[in-house]
Amino acid sequence: MSDTLSKLEKRTAYTLVLPAVLLVFAIVLFPIFANVWISFKDIELKDIRIPEPRAKKIVKSISENQSELKIIYKLRNSSLIQEIRNVQFQDKFPKDISPINLDSRCNFQSKKVICNFGNWEAKYRENFEITIKNINGETINKKSIKSQKPILSGKADNPLLSTSFTLENFKKVFYENNFVELLLTTFYFTFFGTVGAIIFGILAAQLVNQNIQGRTYMRGILLFPYVGPVVALAYTWTLLLDPNSGTLNALLVNFNIIEKPINLLGQKYITMSILGFEFKLRLALTTVIFFEIWRYFPLAFLFILARLQAIPHSLYEAADVDGASPIQKFIHITLPQITAIISILFMIRFIWNFNKFEDIFLLTGGASGTRTLPINVYQQGFAVSDIGMGSAVSIVIVMLLLTFMVIYFRLIGKRANEV
Amino acid sequence: MKFKSLSIFLIISSFFLTCILSIWKIMSTLQGLSFTNLNITPVFSICILLSLSFVLIGKKINHLIKIFSLSFLFSILYFYLNEASPYWYILGVFLISLFFTNKLKKYSMESFKEDFISEKIIFDFITLFGIVFFAFVILFPFYIMLVTSFKTQIALLVNPLDFSLDFTKSLTELFKSYFVIFETYNFGRYILISSAVSVGTVIVTLLFAIPAAYAVARLNFFGKNFLSTSILIIYMFPAIVLVIPLYTVFSQLGLRNSIFGLLIVYTATTLPVAIYMLQGYFKSIPKEIEDAGIMDGQNWFGIILKIIIPLSLPAIASVALYVFMIAWNEFLFSLMFLDSPKSFTLSRAIQYLSGDAETPRQYLMAGSVIVTLPVLFIFVYFEKYLVSGLTSGSVKG
Repeated sequence: MSDTLSKLEKRTAYTLVLPAVLLVFAIVLFPIFANVWISFKDIELKDIRIPEPRAKKIVKSISENQSELKIIYKLRNSSLIQEIRNVQFQDKFPKDISPINLDSRCNFQSKKVICNFGNWEAKYRENFEITIKNINGETINKKSIKSQKPILSGKADNPLLSTSFTLENFKKVFYENNFVELLLTTFYFTFFGTVGAIIFGILAAQLVNQNIQGRTYMRGILLFPYVGPVVALAYTWTLLLDPNSGTLNALLVNFNIIEKPINLLGQKYITMSILGFEFKLRLALTTVIFFEIWRYFPLAFLFILARLQAIPHSLYEAADVDGASPIQKFIHITLPQITAIISILFMIRFIWNFNKFEDIFLLTGGASGTRTLPINVYQQGFAVSDIGMGSAVSIVIVMLLLTFMVIYFRLIGKRANEV
Repeated sequence: MKFKSLSIFLIISSFFLTCILSIWKIMSTLQGLSFTNLNITPVFSICILLSLSFVLIGKKINHLIKIFSLSFLFSILYFYLNEASPYWYILGVFLISLFFTNKLKKYSMESFKEDFISEKIIFDFITLFGIVFFAFVILFPFYIMLVTSFKTQIALLVNPLDFSLDFTKSLTELFKSYFVIFETYNFGRYILISSAVSVGTVIVTLLFAIPAAYAVARLNFFGKNFLSTSILIIYMFPAIVLVIPLYTVFSQLGLRNSIFGLLIVYTATTLPVAIYMLQGYFKSIPKEIEDAGIMDGQNWFGIILKIIIPLSLPAIASVALYVFMIAWNEFLFSLMFLDSPKSFTLSRAIQYLSGDAETPRQYLMAGSVIVTLPVLFIFVYFEKYLVSGLTSGSVKG
């Protein structure tokens, strides 16, 4: 009895889970594997359309006599690079109409003209003509002829499914793509973005955790950048930082803090001298990192705040009795309580920052030294139109991510359950 | 010791007041006042004067009388030290110093003898400063977004610092950018599309996620542990690595530029989070209630529909809101899949607008306000649900 029950349970479970699993598999897991396939192919954006035969029908009168008409079909192969094999053509005509001097490739039977055009190479074009006449000599309705669309079919290879592979994409990724610089930029962005967000998150959480008026409002406001749509926020920042008429530069110039406007998002390096040392700062990258921090510290804040509020008050009261200073309380009570959540946050944010695309894309488009790996996927795949290369970069991202995850589960995976 | 605490107190409190006054000055500059100097040093010195006289007077006179008279004197001093300024600006200075002196209430010469008083002072003012700082840094871009949408490109080019609104203009004149983006740029349509996609995503995601989450939370089946860990791993995978294969497949299937295609992708990418959040909640429902349902002869479908869903409405609401916000804010897939203006979502439409360098910025900002307002409204209104959802789902971003 219990055996049948557990079988029933299993079957129910699979029916309940299956739709979700299938959908996720098709849209999330399948593409990850498809990337591997595409990354070994020499394929460009224009190749991904399957070539198809096309025809445009033009109907012309030959003379005063409306019982005869000439039809021109402008035939072409939609692809510029691939041939179509065994093209079949078919067009239907009203009754009592028959073609004159039909092309040898075609024949006419039961009101249809059926042609076999054979193979069309890439870019193939032909003006194919048929003259028709009404066998009773009556006027042919031009419109009814024109409204009937010809049907074409043909066989063409799907370039995605061909079995020719190449290692060229990966060679290009590693040797012709400034790979080291790309990787370094990605890591700067990811690392400083993550650390900055967490530091500001701790500060904000520490503030809000104090007994101040309007604490809940403050918590709500602090989350605004995180919940706002990235498009709106990124464009507001671009406007704010614009060198020509942006508010920030105008303010700084107005109060004589800087002499002339700084192009915060469009300048790759800025030379700074601190204590006599001159060094170059990656300006645009730094600005983008600040945007990133601004947008994602709220998340760190929220998690740390939740943890802070769970720390028992008795701990602090005991510390007060022992005469501990505020700094001692922070270091010896608060900090140990939040290290676990901070390490988890660090890993999660690190991975997500590593994958961040929209923010950089909208702010700089990857120019002025802000080209990270995800941006590169887009640039290769859609700006340069080299799909194979884009996929190869995606594969690099996936490999790095898997490495991070292994490290993550080794280091913190066990701890995650404790929080 | 007392002297050290006193000087720390004076410096840090004056620093705080100077910062607030500078922010006030910056905000006033943006209202068209032509200040060109922050006057940090003189302002800082009169701030020290204010703090010093506050602690020196101590409790000799009534607190209210003290703060009012001190603030009044302070404002007059400030008025003479500063560039010519209108009365509303000085009124602001007065209110700020009133707020500030009120905050100083707990400090007097006696209090500087307490243990760790310097650290406490620093913590106190850093807290105050932090709150002002965070509020300013976060709200400022939103403020600029809103105000720019009411200005005109020409006015902003002439004086990029003048964000004052001219209320003498008629309302149609003031809201002109909004009328233009609705009439010329078809934003009404984009709002509809965005809403349809987001609401559709919420419905489909819930339809798929509730049964799956129930199975993961309650039923025993082979591969259950594998499934629940892979949910976590999958939702760490970035959209950007899915984009190229999905783009090629969608192109061949003709799903690009279709709302349906977008809906599938959004649903699939939000499903893992939704399942993860829901199963956590389902586990917390006592199993006895379901057993009672089984006794009554309910099948699994009946149990989910009649017991689980009614009991977990708050969790479902928070998942729904959360998924709605993800779908509404989503940009990458809409950028990739939509290239015909007929099927744009709001985010994509704004990006398309910005692609044309000729588009006046107030239209861009009006569009941004339109896409931002609904999410902020939902967020503020349902904050309680969302925050609990965010922390339990450890959310993607």
